[in-house]
Amino acid sequence: MYLLELLLVGLVWGCTYAMMALGLTLVYGLLRILHVAQATVFTLGAYVGLLVANHTGSLALAFPAAALSAAALGPLIYRLVYQPMLDKPPYVALVASIGLLIAMEDGFRLLFGPYGLSFTRNTWFTTTYSWAGLSLNVVQISMVIAAVGLLSAFAWFATRTRAGVAWRATVSDPAMAESFGVGVSGVRYQSFFIASALAGVAGVLVGLLNNLVEPGMGAMIGYKGLAIIVLGGLGNVPGTLVASLLLGVIESFGTVYLDKLLDRDAIAFLVLIVILMIRPQGLLGKAH
Amino acid sequence: MDYYLSVATFAALNAILALGLNLISGFCGQVSLGHAAFYGLGAYAAALCAVAGAPIWLSIPVGMLVAGVFGVITGFAALRVREDFLAIVTMGVGFLFLGVVRKQQWLGAEMGIARIPSPLDKWGYALLSIGAAIALLLLSLHIRRSWMGRAFGAVAQDEDAARSVGIDVAGYKITAFLLGTAAAGLAGGIYAHMTQLIVPDAFNFVQSVTILAMVVVGGIGSSWGVVAGAVLLTLMPEMFRFINDYKLLVYGGLLLVVMRFSPGGLAGLVFRLTGRRLA
Repeated sequence: MYLLELLLVGLVWGCTYAMMALGLTLVYGLLRILHVAQATVFTLGAYVGLLVANHTGSLALAFPAAALSAAALGPLIYRLVYQPMLDKPPYVALVASIGLLIAMEDGFRLLFGPYGLSFTRNTWFTTTYSWAGLSLNVVQISMVIAAVGLLSAFAWFATRTRAGVAWRATVSDPAMAESFGVGVSGVRYQSFFIASALAGVAGVLVGLLNNLVEPGMGAMIGYKGLAIIVLGGLGNVPGTLVASLLLGVIESFGTVYLDKLLDRDAIAFLVLIVILMIRPQGLLGKAH
Repeated sequence: MDYYLSVATFAALNAILALGLNLISGFCGQVSLGHAAFYGLGAYAAALCAVAGAPIWLSIPVGMLVAGVFGVITGFAALRVREDFLAIVTMGVGFLFLGVVRKQQWLGAEMGIARIPSPLDKWGYALLSIGAAIALLLLSLHIRRSWMGRAFGAVAQDEDAARSVGIDVAGYKITAFLLGTAAAGLAGGIYAHMTQLIVPDAFNFVQSVTILAMVVVGGIGSSWGVVAGAVLLTLMPEMFRFINDYKLLVYGGLLLVVMRFSPGGLAGLVFRLTGRRLA
C-alpha cells in the first residue's frame, strides 16, 4: 500500500512536470531554444493566482488570471529576447534565458518579499479524499485532472485543427510550411502563448500544493523541465510526457530509498545522465 | 589593507575559474553550465587532505587532480552528447555534485568542512592566486596561438569538418575539459585554505552561472576579455552596496543585456570600437 502511495505521489508530480515540460518542448521543437526562462512565467502565474485568490477569495478566478498573465509574458519574452537572437549560436539564447530567470528571481523578491506568500484560504489543500487506504488532497487530484485535460486539449489542437496542422508543419520544416502559406511568426507566438498558459496554471497548482508561493519556486522545476525534454528526446512530445511521469515516479521512490546517498534534485539529473549515456538521443528520440 | 588583499584574491580566483571555463566553452566550444562543481571538487578534496594533515603544496595539487579526473569523465560525456544536450548534462553534473555532497556525513553534509588549516597569511594567498591567474592567462594565450588552440577552434566551429581533416576531436575535447576543470580545482584548493570553511552552497548553480557571466561579459573566447570580466564582476558588488544585495538581479540582467546587444562581450566591444581583436 505504501508503495502504491509513493507511485501515486510520483504520478502527481509527473503531471506537474508534464505541464511545464510540454511548453519547453513546444518552444524547442520550433526554435531550438532551451527556454529556461519559462520558470519565470511559471512563478508569475503562481503569484498572480495567489494574489487574485487572496483578494477575491475565488480560485475559479485565480486560474484564468494566472493563465492570462503568464500567456502575456511568454510571447513578450519571445519578442524582446529570443527573436533578435535567432540567427546567433544556440548558447546565446540559452545564456540570455538563464540570465532572465535568475534576474527575475530577484525581481520577484523585490516585489513580493523573500519569504514567500501563502494562500489565506486553501480549502483544496486541507480537503482530502481517502479510498482503500490511499489519500489524496484536492490539489493533487486537480493537478492530475488539469494535466490530463489540458494535454488532451493540446493533442486535439495539434491533430484536429488547422492551426495545429500549421504548427506541426512549421516544426517539421519551417521553410516549406511558409511556402504553403503558414504564418511562421504567428505559429511561434501561438506556441509561446500555449506553453506559457500551461506554465501559469501549473504555477498556481504547485503554489496550492505547497501552500507557498516564493521567488525561487520556478527555478528547480524549470531546470528539471529541461532535463525532462532532453530525456524525452528534444522536441519530441510523447517522449516528453513519458519522461515527465517517469521522472516523477523515480523521484518519489528515490527520495525514500536513496535518501542517504543524494537529494531529490540530484536524482533527476542522475537519471538524465545515466539514460543519456546509454541513449544519447533521449528515450523516444530518433538517432541522427 | 586586508580588505583590498582579500578582494584582489577573490578577483584572481574568479579569473582562474573564468579562464578555465573559457578553455572549455570559449576555445573548444563545449558549453558547460556546471563549472562550480569542479571548483567544489577541488575545494573539498584539498580540504579533506589538509584536515588529514597534508601540507598545502600537496593538498592543492590533489584538489586539481580530483577536479581534473571528474573533468575528464565529464569530457567523455561530451563525446556522447552535443550542444544543447551537453549544456543540460553539465548542468546536471552540477546538481548531482551538490545533491551528493549535501547527503554525505563524511563531507560534513549541509554544514560543510570547517577548521581547514590555513598555513599562509593574506599576502600569501593574494600572491599565490594572482600568480596562478597570471600563469593560467599566459598558458591560455599560448594555447590560443599553438596547434592545440587551432584544433580547439576547429572543434568549436564544426566538429564534423574538423574530424574529416584528421583532427582528433575526442582527444581535444577531453583535453579541454581536463585543463579547464583542473584550473577550477586549483581555485577551489586555494579558496578552501583561505576561507577555512567550505559549504556545499558555495558551489551551486548560481555560482556556475556567475562564472559563466564573467566569461560572457568579458567576451567568450578572449583570454584578456575573460580576465577583465572576472575582475569587473568581482569588484562591482564590492563598490556598490545595491549590487551586493541584488547580485542575481545584476548578474542575470548583465547576462541578458550582453547576450542581447553584444554577444561578443567586452572583447566584442573593443573589436567594434578599435578594430583590434583581443587575444
